[in-house]
Amino acid sequence: MNAHERRAVRLRVALAVTGTLAMLFPVYWMVVTALSSPAELQQSALRLWPSSINWANFSGPWGKFPYADWFVNSVVIAVLAVVLTVVVNLMAGYAFAKLRFPGRNVLFLLIISTLMVPVQVVMVPQFHLVVDFGLLGSDWGVILPRLAEAFGLFMARQFMMAVPDELLEAAQVDGSAQWRTFTRVVLPLCRPLIAVLVIFTFMWRWNEFAWPLIVLKEPESYTLQVGLLFLKNQYGQDYGALMAMSLVSMIPMLVVFTLFQRHFVEGMARSGIK
Amino acid sequence: MASVSSPPLEAPPPSGTARGAGPRFARMRGRRGREAAAGLLFAAPAVAVFAVFMFWPLIRVVWLSFQQTRGFGIAKWVGLGNYQDILADTVFWRALLNTALYTAVSVPLCLVAGLAAALLLNRAMPGRGLFRAVFYLPAVISGVSSAIIAAWMFNEDLGVVNKVLEPLGLGPVHWQSEGMPAMLSLVAVGLWIGLGFNMVVYLAALQGIPRHVYEAARCDGASWWQTLRSITIPSLGPTTFFLVVIGVINSFQVFDIVYVMTGGGPGNATTMLVTYAYSTGFEQRQQGYASAIGVVLYLIVLAMTLLQWRVNKRRDVA
Repeated sequence: MNAHERRAVRLRVALAVTGTLAMLFPVYWMVVTALSSPAELQQSALRLWPSSINWANFSGPWGKFPYADWFVNSVVIAVLAVVLTVVVNLMAGYAFAKLRFPGRNVLFLLIISTLMVPVQVVMVPQFHLVVDFGLLGSDWGVILPRLAEAFGLFMARQFMMAVPDELLEAAQVDGSAQWRTFTRVVLPLCRPLIAVLVIFTFMWRWNEFAWPLIVLKEPESYTLQVGLLFLKNQYGQDYGALMAMSLVSMIPMLVVFTLFQRHFVEGMARSGIK
Repeated sequence: MASVSSPPLEAPPPSGTARGAGPRFARMRGRRGREAAAGLLFAAPAVAVFAVFMFWPLIRVVWLSFQQTRGFGIAKWVGLGNYQDILADTVFWRALLNTALYTAVSVPLCLVAGLAAALLLNRAMPGRGLFRAVFYLPAVISGVSSAIIAAWMFNEDLGVVNKVLEPLGLGPVHWQSEGMPAMLSLVAVGLWIGLGFNMVVYLAALQGIPRHVYEAARCDGASWWQTLRSITIPSLGPTTFFLVVIGVINSFQVFDIVYVMTGGGPGNATTMLVTYAYSTGFEQRQQGYASAIGVVLYLIVLAMTLLQWRVNKRRDVA
């Protein structure tokens, strides 16, 4: 590496550090605000770190609002949605990638074309369905309509297209029924796909806002995202408490992101989304 | 019977192909029938949820858009009445204009910033993985959390943005009480959230450009800028197209950050199609009218996607 190249690398690192600071600043500011006392937040001078650490923002709203309930609701909804969505997508992915059946192509195209439908277009009729099924205000009312997730199905099919037919045929000849082929041969090969599906579905459901806002009515049944809006309306200008609760709501997502960061950053590209 | 007695399968090596090829043809018909049955069964759960929660609502929304509903009362058939109302509805036009403006600014901005980040972090450098992760991080933070922090940072009186701008003689900017600054603050949040996805997709595409093309260009004495303009950007054409399509579809649906951060205000300066549809459908409870807005939104997204497709095709042919 000559002097010129070394300088180029140094310049790029400097740029990357600048960008990193800019991208991280809002999160940093969240932490600073969450640790500041209300009095400090009312000062007009710019302070980059609170003069004294104030934990009351974390303990205060926790007791006053059903925050623990919201947390549990979010976990239940996200986990159930992940399990069901991933199972549905993997099964359909296998069918559309590897099995010939009448109507396969038409069905696949119809499903894929819904990628282009903004979810808000069908908001009102989906709401009517939830009311008709008696699911208004329940977790299932949030979960079920979102199982129609074309993106995951598309990823699953693309991935399974790459599983060699020879492997499946060998399994068939051995007399293995389709279900066994699926669980014993196909699924073990699909671990990277399953990881990506689980991570992205979890993220979407954990962060989802508009749909739970429509379906959930009682404050105890809220998810964290709807609860945060509720807090924002209740607290108004008490941004310290709001930031503290918002930070807590981000923890599960940040843990998942830290653990599976590589899947996040590479998963999209690897799964044939190009 | 055979399926019961066969031992659990380890993934067999590809050499297993030839085994039993003969009898397979003899049983073709039965196998095909079984395969079709299996295919339908495997696809059934997905087809069922799509039929109930997607295809049926898509038909139903058109039906509902011809009705007038107030609250949960009995619906009245009004034919194209809702659509006529939309044409005369100044808030709708404002929302459409706002959505178009937001899209026109934020999609190109995310593309350029995403490409810049991808070019910066494509080649080997210390801490590259960490930088990539940080640039992507905002994408995993919920829209609500992003909007709450942004609302505080862009607070006119106490927000950090004005605290920084004022000493520079650039403020205070009225992020909350003036329309254009409010829209700008939304674009900034959209950029913060969307940059990472664009970067990741561009990074993947950059891997696909053969190295020797760059080496040849360097031998010819091409500058960095020339290489970028005549090799990198043209090679990324399909990727850019994909990102534009996704970006337009997404920004036409922007809801969370708008609803939580500005609530569509001040006035209707940041009201978007989707926040307007939400407030007519679920706050004012005019679900027929909201359905009509939904149908119009769908037609717009569909038309733009087809248009982009046409333009892209023509460009490829030329």
